[in-house]
Amino acid sequence: MKKQQTGQSMDRVDGRLKVTGGARYFADHHLPDLLYAALVCSPISSGTIKSINTTKALKAPGVADVVSHLNAPPVPGYKNADPGAKDGLKIFKDNRIYSNGQPVAVVLANTLERAVHAASLVEVQYNQETHYTDMNASMDKAFRNNRMKDYVRGDADAWKKAAVTVDATYTIPLEVHNPMELAGIIAHWDTPDTLVLYAKTQGVKNVQDTVKRLFQLPEQNITVHSRFVGGGFGMALRVWPMEVATILAAKKIRKPVKLVITRDQMFTLVGYRPSAIQKLSLGATSDGKLTGITHEAVAVTSPYEDFTEGIVAMSKFMYACPNVNTRYKLVPLNLSTPVWMRGPGEATGAFALESAIDELSYKLNIDPLQLRILNHADTDPEKDLPFSSKYLKEAYELGAEKIGWTNRKAAPRSMQEDGMLVGYGMSSGTFGAFRGRATVSATLKSDGSLILQSAAADIGPGTATAMVQIAADVTGIAPSKIQFMLGESAYPFAPQQGGSSTVSTLGSAVTDACKALQQKLASLAVSNVPAFKNATPETIVFEDGQLLKAGGQEKITYESLLQQQQLPEVNVVATSQSGEERKKYSMYSFSVHFTKVHVHPQTGVVRIKHIVSVADAGTIVNTKTARSQMIGGVVGGIGMALTEEAILDHRFGRFVNNNYADYHVPVNADTPPTNVYFINKKDPYINPMGSKGMGEIALIGFAAAVSNAVYHATGKRVRDLPITPDKVLDEKAAQQWKVENKLNT
Amino acid sequence: MNQFSYVRPSSLKAAVDAVAKDNSARFIAGGTNLLDLMKSGVVIPEKLVDINRLPLKDIQLNGNTLHIGALALNSELAAHELVTTHHPLLAQALLAGASQQLRNMATVGGNMMQRTRCTYFYDTTMPCNKRSPNSGCGAIGGINRMHAIFGASDSCIAVHPSDMCVALAALDATVLVTGPKGNRRIPFTDFHRLPDNTPQLDNNLAKGELITAVEIPANAYTKNVYYLKVRDRASYAFALVSVAAALDISNNMIRSARLAMGGVAHKPWRLYEAEKALAGKAPTEENFRQAAAIALQSAKTYQHNQFKTGLSVNSIQTALLKAASV
Repeated sequence: MKKQQTGQSMDRVDGRLKVTGGARYFADHHLPDLLYAALVCSPISSGTIKSINTTKALKAPGVADVVSHLNAPPVPGYKNADPGAKDGLKIFKDNRIYSNGQPVAVVLANTLERAVHAASLVEVQYNQETHYTDMNASMDKAFRNNRMKDYVRGDADAWKKAAVTVDATYTIPLEVHNPMELAGIIAHWDTPDTLVLYAKTQGVKNVQDTVKRLFQLPEQNITVHSRFVGGGFGMALRVWPMEVATILAAKKIRKPVKLVITRDQMFTLVGYRPSAIQKLSLGATSDGKLTGITHEAVAVTSPYEDFTEGIVAMSKFMYACPNVNTRYKLVPLNLSTPVWMRGPGEATGAFALESAIDELSYKLNIDPLQLRILNHADTDPEKDLPFSSKYLKEAYELGAEKIGWTNRKAAPRSMQEDGMLVGYGMSSGTFGAFRGRATVSATLKSDGSLILQSAAADIGPGTATAMVQIAADVTGIAPSKIQFMLGESAYPFAPQQGGSSTVSTLGSAVTDACKALQQKLASLAVSNVPAFKNATPETIVFEDGQLLKAGGQEKITYESLLQQQQLPEVNVVATSQSGEERKKYSMYSFSVHFTKVHVHPQTGVVRIKHIVSVADAGTIVNTKTARSQMIGGVVGGIGMALTEEAILDHRFGRFVNNNYADYHVPVNADTPPTNVYFINKKDPYINPMGSKGMGEIALIGFAAAVSNAVYHATGKRVRDLPITPDKVLDEKAAQQWKVENKLNT
Repeated sequence: MNQFSYVRPSSLKAAVDAVAKDNSARFIAGGTNLLDLMKSGVVIPEKLVDINRLPLKDIQLNGNTLHIGALALNSELAAHELVTTHHPLLAQALLAGASQQLRNMATVGGNMMQRTRCTYFYDTTMPCNKRSPNSGCGAIGGINRMHAIFGASDSCIAVHPSDMCVALAALDATVLVTGPKGNRRIPFTDFHRLPDNTPQLDNNLAKGELITAVEIPANAYTKNVYYLKVRDRASYAFALVSVAAALDISNNMIRSARLAMGGVAHKPWRLYEAEKALAGKAPTEENFRQAAAIALQSAKTYQHNQFKTGLSVNSIQTALLKAASV
């Protein structure tokens, strides 16, 4: 047998293209007669457009048109005016402004510079109305959404009767995905009812479906290309209003139009992680058994959509606790609609839950790791089902060993080195292990190469690389002879790349397609190859790219078979999805994060010195790309914990740090060595590979591992992210604290 | 961005003439700030006068004085042996600023001329007296966590963003300029202005005047120096506060001290009173803390930057301890 490919740390199949500039992202495409778009965006946060004067803009050099609600072609899919319907912003339908930065016009010109300049010449008058962007001041507007009903298991608010309690409020600010690649689209109506799009998206089929619905076109009339995506983190999971505006502009001008938005527009047009206020209450017996968990969350949404996510999800099943209840409300503000951001709501919720567990551990005087093990849920208490696989306890043990947890002194503010306060913190994370439906086309060529196609995406994790490895193991064909093609709407259906489900969903379809291909080859051999005449297709064995007749010496390579039969290729298309197993088992991935931090006793500056993250994500298909994905999630977690916060000036409803200099994405200097470990044990039920998802758990829980370490280092509990120096700085304590060996540091 | 013309003179006189005679002309060197300002519509020059071909790149000792040409790059200066040997405080401050990529473009003169990073200055839809006199100050009553605690006025509480300038202020540098009326020398600490009621003026350069060099006199601050920058992100972030500390210590006694802060005022902020308080004292934690407390006596805070007083005291003390312990 050849070496098994899954589990290897194979280089990315498209790595060379990416590092040599050969990979073409959406904005790299150019079409004849292309026009460049620049947006005019609202400087007010609520009201209506009174007038738009385009005279000066239209006279500017190179300007082709200015498109707005006054002259945009109609969108047939916009429902009849129903002011109550919360089904999205209908761009250019009317003159209503819901949020600051909302596009009010698109300027088209023959160069980007001319479009940008002309956009500054468009004069818009507004009727301004009162806006609300301050969550704290708008709590009276909070409401319950039907998608997130209150949850009760056992008694509600049982924590109140417990011997030992924690009752604390945790807040996270609004965070912005900020992938390096800016959002946008190229739209080209090559006939009045056929549309070609070059998109930045996590799912070409989703773009096709949305556009089909809005413009009421047959699916085959919409072609979406998105071979390479420069990061998404969730912001490319839907078609945004400015992309619809670009399609409208292209329709009106009858020429291809390219829009690439600016960095500041990335804060107002493509979603964000909603700010949230959470109250987490825990009750426990004096020996540390949880008796009650109550998790109440309020998060932000837009005026025109109710965005909900799994903020309170983890609290329902993470720990064995008889009494759990959750409440989740939304506050509509004059902001654009949030969207899932890596780890989505679970990352928000895990910060509260895993911080509260840490707080409880100090009240109980029990090691926080031991407290978690003590309340470990052996079966899913929410669904009352066994887990399909759960190696969380192993992950706890492995992580504790690797970070040196035994070196940790229990008392806060009891450790120091190099003039710094030292803290150790840990937390756990979890996210549903999903498997959706996908279809893969597999074509074996007579030269023995295999081409796989599916309308999947790769926003960075290395989708095609993993699929090649999976296909290599099923078929025995060398990875170098397998190509996995994605990012085209013309390919068979694949879901969006989101929710940590790509390997599970797509890998299953690749497996099934490869097996179907083998069956087709077996039938071909039995019917047509003399040496296989007596065999049945079921008895043919596949090994190293060959067909073997069971019990016999006869064998034939794939390419010989096709060549003998004078077939240029053999094609199969297979669809794969989950089955009954999902009713019998609860399926989750788990992660454990450990951090060691240094806190400067005088300035409150926190630096993470060491990170250990352990993933229980089933079988790891590619250890190299998986490690990269974990590190990427951890870096996102560092940002959530220490640096990232989009700040609004509520007087104007505008962001004041909408650029890379002032919105602090972590840089290399913020990122210490990150040691990633995989449990790497197969989940026996979820899919043929036994792989669970990993993209989300890389981040979920991480912020709590940092805030818990900061508490351990300083004795100061920061419940409000990000943990900037001003929140840690404790003047009194700093004065009392004597720096040891101060003249050597 | 408007259309603009571009010239690249090869003599100082031609460069000065080009700006002196044209109200909307601007000098450009590395462009790391001016281009941002032009893209944001904050500065709309009709002519750019590129000075990169002028002979202003030299870094040399003139007697005991270090002469730094205005076009010396920040990265080049930070690594220059004359700087690391004679003025290590300046090297430290330079390396605390921006990112390596920016330092590879940014010049000494351009660093001094950079505008504030106050968000209200950059967002042309918001009020800002510095950008648009008499439109109001967005930061007062707005988001002012990054803003001044010293020397601010009712019209502006913006801070100067440079790290390099904090060290130059501490080191008693002198700015050499040339202009329509000839050459002159400006003490570094008099180069930048406080906002008062003319926050649109960052410095005391007259129209058409061009920085040609910065000079640092010989001093004793070659060993016990430290530049501390406290920031929200480990690199590529502006200072919450920064401290340039230089001590001349002999026989466990501070002969003289130089202290300046960044991130706290409209200009690099010298702590003269604290310097005086340290002279003749022993380099102890307690003396450092007292000096820091003296420095903060004139501080005034706003809604979001109240933490800066405590942080400043601690940072001054920390920087002095670090300087003393080298």
